[in-house]
Amino acid sequence: MADLSVNLCGVPFKNPIIPASGVFGYGREYEAFYPLSRLGGIATKGTTGQRRTGNLAPRIAETPAGMLNSVGLQNPGIDAFIEKELPNLLTKDTVILANIAGATAEECAEVAAKLDSTDVHMIELNISCPNVKQGGAAFGTSCEMAAQVTAAVRRATKKPLVVKLSPNVTSITDIAKAVEAEGADAVSLINTLLGMRIDVRTRRPVLHNNVGGLSGPAIFPVAVRMVWQVANAVKIPIIGMGGVSSGEDAAELMMAGASAVQVGMACFTDPYAPVKIIDGLDAFLDQNKIPAVRDIIGTVQPW
Amino acid sequence: MSYTQGVFPIIEKRALAEDTFSMTLHCPAMAAAAQPGQFLHILPAGYGLRRPISIAGIDPDKGTLRIVFAVRGKGTDALAGMNVGDFMDVLGPVGHGFTLLPEAQHVVLVGGGIGVPPMLPLAAYYGARATAVSGFRSFRQVILQDDLAACGAQTIVCTEDGSAGDSKGFVTGPLEAMLSEGVDAVYACGPGPMLRAVADLCIRTGTYCEVSLEERMACGVGACLGCACRTKDENGNEQYLHVCKNGPVFKAEEVIW
Ligand SMILES: Cc1cc2nc3c(=O)[nH]c(=O)nc-3n(C[C@H](O)[C@H](O)[C@H](O)COP(=O)(O)OP(=O)(O)OC[C@H]3O[C@@H](n4cnc5c(N)ncnc54)[C@H](O)[C@@H]3O)c2cc1C
Ligand SMILES: Cc1cc2nc3c(=O)[nH]c(=O)nc-3n(C[C@H](O)[C@H](O)[C@H](O)COP(=O)(O)O)c2cc1C
Ligand code: FES
Repeated sequence: MADLSVNLCGVPFKNPIIPASGVFGYGREYEAFYPLSRLGGIATKGTTGQRRTGNLAPRIAETPAGMLNSVGLQNPGIDAFIEKELPNLLTKDTVILANIAGATAEECAEVAAKLDSTDVHMIELNISCPNVKQGGAAFGTSCEMAAQVTAAVRRATKKPLVVKLSPNVTSITDIAKAVEAEGADAVSLINTLLGMRIDVRTRRPVLHNNVGGLSGPAIFPVAVRMVWQVANAVKIPIIGMGGVSSGEDAAELMMAGASAVQVGMACFTDPYAPVKIIDGLDAFLDQNKIPAVRDIIGTVQPW
Repeated sequence: MSYTQGVFPIIEKRALAEDTFSMTLHCPAMAAAAQPGQFLHILPAGYGLRRPISIAGIDPDKGTLRIVFAVRGKGTDALAGMNVGDFMDVLGPVGHGFTLLPEAQHVVLVGGGIGVPPMLPLAAYYGARATAVSGFRSFRQVILQDDLAACGAQTIVCTEDGSAGDSKGFVTGPLEAMLSEGVDAVYACGPGPMLRAVADLCIRTGTYCEVSLEERMACGVGACLGCACRTKDENGNEQYLHVCKNGPVFKAEEVIW
């Protein structure tokens, strides 16, 4: 048994493995498989100021070693989240990261302000969603917009603030630096890569939304590269994700510079994926006689 | 909700028709929990997403569940390549199944093509109180009629080209005739246009009707919101429900087609 505990922005985690936002709902379904207290933390489904219904179906497409989704931030709204889901989650003896999003910087700030008066442990701000005031371009695709929304949310809360970066950019390190400068306590990456599939028989896109976010093992090498680049560009800690499906994948992302790791699509392949990844990481550390998982963070030896 | 995930041995495999297979799995805990209309979420080896397949037979005494599936793509092709003795990775039983009506005197089970298999557990429950109307494109796809009859159900087969069965054309022909005589409930599974036609007929005649819907799925347990379907609540307000958890079975009047 290696020491799996990590500390992120002053928040202690019993282990570094966190189911990613959007794949785990509010944990209720997966509790049928294992106690949620096994997990390092839980990133909840993205929550917005008002209830959102999401996109029309089909919302899911399979791709080689991955999948596309266009769920579209379906959620009951921040008030319902705080009233109906958060109290239950906070009894589960695991770190809760409330993932938030909005159509404007003001909406994101308002959601964060409401969470500020709860006992939630961390806020994860998703900046991959469209900014309606900027013609629908995602906040996360320009340094100015990313900085602006981070600053607005920073003013609204004292909670540890994790800004979740979009990989659909020319230079993710510039965005990471921009949000660090505006007071982000950590960054998480990567969100999904924009993709598309077409049914060649019907000539229709498989997703009703035409395009969707690519996740799963297919994006793992992109995640490793981006985590490594961002680790070399900022001083704040990183939560890595993108295609992690084994304990060794988690170790790899941590060596690239991540202090904790989120698990997305792997939960669909195997509902036990997060606990198997925790056990796999532990086994990897034991086999290699590494006493504590902290000791591998950012230890890649580049050529 | 109590579901399990694990690998379970295939103890029987049969080819039923062109590219259509029946498999029986030994999985006692799931067999004890399964209800008609629920499904299994099955992982073909080498794929990242599971495939939803309806439960076509439940035997809690033997601890077995049966599935019947058609090869429609890579995943079902991989499943079709599995043999007796192989272990299948299954999450289940999942979903909200059919409402069973102990008092019903006459129910109609409408299955279209690969929508026929989930009608079998209903036939086992209702026995001679059920009439199964099954529609297929041609004689090549006809499946499970002996199994339905063995449960005591009356069977009516319709083929679009008239190459087999009692009636040329769609299932709605025989169904309409029965509805005019009064039916306690209609249960339907099959292609969207068929379900819609069946639902319309039942709503028009005031007959209780439940339909089993399909949607592309990821988690299969209600967490990812991937399998949304548009429905209306009692007040007629539109809402998204999820085929894997709230369904796959819905009341006909709930669905927005
Ligand atoms: C609740 C439910 C019960 C079902 N029961 C049965 C059954 O008893 N027998 C049977 O033969 N088929 C059944 N189906 C359909 C079956 O799930 C699909 O035929 C199967 O997923 C196709 O997988 P594939 O890899 O062969 O096809 P591909 O086209 O290669 O699959 C690509 C992706 O799309 C998904 N997909 C493709 N078609 C469908 C579909 N019609 N519905 C849902 N997802 C789809 C796959 O799961 C996969 O994620 C059911 C579907 C649902 C939703
Ligand atoms: C179905 C689905 C829904 C998602 N919803 C959200 C969301 O609401 N907010 C968010 O920040 N990320 C969301 N994501 C992105 C994941 O949290 C994660 O960043 C991404 O899937 C990459 O990790 P993976 O390859 O392990 O899945 C979603 C992903 C999937 C597959
Ligand atoms: S497949 Fe995830 S909610 Fe239905």
